[in-house]
Amino acid sequence: MLKDFRLEWRQRAALNGMLLYVGSTVFVCFLSFSLKGGLPPAPAWNALFWIILLFSAVNAVAKGFLQESRGRMLYYYTLVPPQAVILAKIAYNALLLLGLALVGLALYVLVLGNPVQNTALFVGNVALGALGFASTLTLVSGIAAKAANSNTLMVVLGFPLMIPMLLLLIKVSKNALDGLEFEASQSSLLTLVALNLIVGAVSYLLFPFLWRS
Amino acid sequence: MKNWWKGLAVVLLLYTAAAGFLMPVPRLAILNETIRNLYFHVPMWFGMTFILIASVYYSIRYLRTPTPQLDILSHEAAKTGILMGCVGLATGSIWAKYTWGTWWTNDPKLNGAAIAMLIYGAYLVLRSSFTDEQQRARISAIYNIFAFATAMPLFYILPRLTDSLHPGAGGNPAFAKYDLDDNMRLVFYPAVIGWTLLAFWLAQVASRIAALKLKVYEKQLA
Repeated sequence: MLKDFRLEWRQRAALNGMLLYVGSTVFVCFLSFSLKGGLPPAPAWNALFWIILLFSAVNAVAKGFLQESRGRMLYYYTLVPPQAVILAKIAYNALLLLGLALVGLALYVLVLGNPVQNTALFVGNVALGALGFASTLTLVSGIAAKAANSNTLMVVLGFPLMIPMLLLLIKVSKNALDGLEFEASQSSLLTLVALNLIVGAVSYLLFPFLWRS
Repeated sequence: MKNWWKGLAVVLLLYTAAAGFLMPVPRLAILNETIRNLYFHVPMWFGMTFILIASVYYSIRYLRTPTPQLDILSHEAAKTGILMGCVGLATGSIWAKYTWGTWWTNDPKLNGAAIAMLIYGAYLVLRSSFTDEQQRARISAIYNIFAFATAMPLFYILPRLTDSLHPGAGGNPAFAKYDLDDNMRLVFYPAVIGWTLLAFWLAQVASRIAALKLKVYEKQLA
């Protein structure tokens, strides 16, 4: 499985492009807000941050399966069990999204100010979000890659599935922004972890069937 | 008498319609007579949940033993579930208009239901974007299971965590405690069973039609 992970890592062509994508989106947001001559209020700051993350996540993960050539998939098939492939993809995507999110957050804070009062909770929440996005989107991109109009399908399938997660994430990060105690977001965080586990487990079980075609 | 459950569905739904409009209901402020919508709105969601469970069951069976029949069953069951969900949204919207004064509010339970419908709408889009039948069947079965696992928390877990106008949220009891007396139970439980049976009946008829269409199509090809 570790080997598989390394395979993913070796063809990280998307990485630089994605970093630039996040960077330029943040910059565009900064420019549009500075027209008004000021920083956005905290709720808008929060909402904008998650929208940027959502779009870059969809774009980043979509590369995973869509760029895979048929021959290479067959090659993997002879080497490793499908479970290893999906776990490696999820792990790689989670790390990729985590990296993107942290770089994005740093840039975002740099240009749009930092209203976060409970930084540990906020960063932990971002990490959970990256993991959740990765496990949802990896299977969705696998499904979409099989269809004819994959790019549209990726968005159509992915967005509704991500909304429950996104609602919880935005709620917790709003709590972190307001500097609420950890107890206030505990139940939401637990639900997030549970949702991640469900989605991860279902992907793990279903991927072998997807793989065969 | 293997079709006893269809007869039962007819009897229960006739009973629901008659008793639902004629039996006495408790006089509650704001709700007034709209409380009778409970016999139509709430059973829709029960019926939808059961028929979607059946759809997932057929999808799992399809992945174990792929036959066109199982694919048709899971597809038609999912479509019936979507229909029930849409009717549930519509009846809920009418109810909201008369009690909360608006067709739609920004409420976790309502949004959750709408998003779950979007998830299943994506299922239909996914099905229509394949040309190869076997691939379509397998991949939509995979997505169906995945969609069920992410849509059900939207209905039953997330709304309970936040405050909501809708009963059954924010730690409220769903409907049993304060707005349902013994008279209403006499209609409500039969209504739930009746609408659920009707959902299964619809799915059965729809899958028979789909199976016949498939047969005709294959005959034309041959």
